[in-house]
Amino acid sequence: MPFLRILLLRLLTTLVTLAGVAVIVFFVIRVVPGNPIAMMLPPGATDEDIARLSALYGLDKPLITQFGIWLSGVMQGDFGTSITTRQPVLGLVLGRLPATLELAIMALVMAVLIGGAAALIGTRGRGTRTEGAIDVVNGMALSVPDFLWGLVLMLVFGVLFPVFHISGRVTPSLDLPFTTNFYLFESLIRLRFDLWADLVAHMFMPALALAIPLAAIIGQLLKQSLKETMNLDYVTLARTKGYGETHVIMHEALRNAVLPTLTLVGVQFTFLIGGTVIIERLFSYEGLGNMAIDAVINRDLPLIQGIVILFAVIFTAVNLIVDLLYTVLNPRLRHA
Amino acid sequence: MLDARVLDGRSMVRRRVGVRLWLSALWLGVLCLGALLAPWIAPHDPLAQDLFLGRMPPIWVAGAEPGYWLGTDSLGRDVLSRLLHGARVALLVALAAGSITCLIGATLGLLAGFLRGWVDLVISRLIDIWMAFPPILFSILLIAVLGPSLTSIIIAIVVIDWTRFARVVRAEAMAQGAMDYVASARVAGRGRVGTMLREILPNVLPTIVVLLTLEMGIAVIVEAILSFVNLSISTDDPTWGGMISEGRTSIHQAWWVLVFPLIALFLTVLAFSQLGEGLKDRFDPVLR
Repeated sequence: MPFLRILLLRLLTTLVTLAGVAVIVFFVIRVVPGNPIAMMLPPGATDEDIARLSALYGLDKPLITQFGIWLSGVMQGDFGTSITTRQPVLGLVLGRLPATLELAIMALVMAVLIGGAAALIGTRGRGTRTEGAIDVVNGMALSVPDFLWGLVLMLVFGVLFPVFHISGRVTPSLDLPFTTNFYLFESLIRLRFDLWADLVAHMFMPALALAIPLAAIIGQLLKQSLKETMNLDYVTLARTKGYGETHVIMHEALRNAVLPTLTLVGVQFTFLIGGTVIIERLFSYEGLGNMAIDAVINRDLPLIQGIVILFAVIFTAVNLIVDLLYTVLNPRLRHA
Repeated sequence: MLDARVLDGRSMVRRRVGVRLWLSALWLGVLCLGALLAPWIAPHDPLAQDLFLGRMPPIWVAGAEPGYWLGTDSLGRDVLSRLLHGARVALLVALAAGSITCLIGATLGLLAGFLRGWVDLVISRLIDIWMAFPPILFSILLIAVLGPSLTSIIIAIVVIDWTRFARVVRAEAMAQGAMDYVASARVAGRGRVGTMLREILPNVLPTIVVLLTLEMGIAVIVEAILSFVNLSISTDDPTWGGMISEGRTSIHQAWWVLVFPLIALFLTVLAFSQLGEGLKDRFDPVLR
């Protein structure tokens, strides 16, 4: 019963949040100066042409009516038609979503690996210079945002030692046999390791740039809770049984120290997804964020709306899942 | 046996924090000076183009043009002069956007955390909605709506980032509000507003100052990102983000166009955040 109530309550607040996002996006965008319809037509178009096309896209009706039409469409999965490409927004957005998801998940995996390793090494060598060095690197990684790390990586691995590609998602000349847009995943399934390697070589730098700040956060927090756990009696007991330090950390302390980090990773993951917008732009990676910036520049109102709503849905979904996971995983809350 | 080592270790940490604090302050001081004096100390007009001097390398690289210390970009504009003038924009945005964001966010957070009730409900729900927006995309959208200008950038930063202050200050005001000294102030006859301003605010202030320092660093980055996407102030005015954007396109031909603004941006952001961390360690028992 308590769990169900928590779930319902969280679902309700999530819906309120999403409704708020929809309202704000819709009305903020309508204030955009510059007539998107006029931009679609060739220079010689008459006022009559503009009026006709405006009517076609429903832009001649009062704002409230437009909002009503748009909202009832959204409820039915119809996000309207993109003004620049004249294709359904939902299809365009879902076509780009896999690229962004693959990038974000790759970044998350990198962050967990790097941050986890830093925390374990730091705990193993606590009180020594190793820990000091890890703290300093962590501090730097934390203070500088992904955009700057992206540029630094680009200079180091793209120009100084050109080992990775600095733009795009895949080498354009390659023949892609894929049926979905989850290229990275599908290339593995189809055992096309050549394509997989090419995709990774494109994805490596943007993913690492997104991963660095998160890795620092994971490293810091996990190390802190590991160190606290290492002082508990049961860990001392394991030590007196004769287990080595590494064994004690990996098998005894880690399991108990990981929970606070897990919840934090969830929240930080939404920030990471938000960061894909500019990182995709920087590395010309053909994902949702890059499409969003183009949409803003082209004043493609329906497309902007669709993308922002999709981002908001992802953000709130991740937060919801993390909250529920925390309730399930934390024994103290479960039996409360 | 234990005490000596622990104390030693602690004083080591203190000293290291001290050094970082001073280095950060030094860099920001130099930057402020450079920005203030830019019109007099910049060796060239930051907008002057000279196509015969395009992509000249920095002075220590073979083939450099004397007088252009950090080289020129593809239009022959002096990188050093643009860097100095770009610092003006960066610092202006940091100061203006940082303090306005701080004022609005901290006020809302204080009200929500101290008054509770429906005020808290409304502000908290707003924070939730804000947290569901991808911040960069939201700022780009706002600039598109407001039109690219310095004021738009500042407005965009305030609109996006007020929640940073509101969330922390709200939680802090709530914690302070539950303490005995607040209750005794009320018993002694202070009104609600008086209690909030005279009792709670001074105790939350260190937290606010730290957040403000961090926010200035964030503002510099947001400005750079917006000018990178080409939505900052008019494209003629030199900004670090705009220089980075140009440098990105000629990354293989002229690395210096990208590297120097990147270093300036990197150091500035690092300095603001180290300053914030240092202040946190010194003054703020809460965030520490």
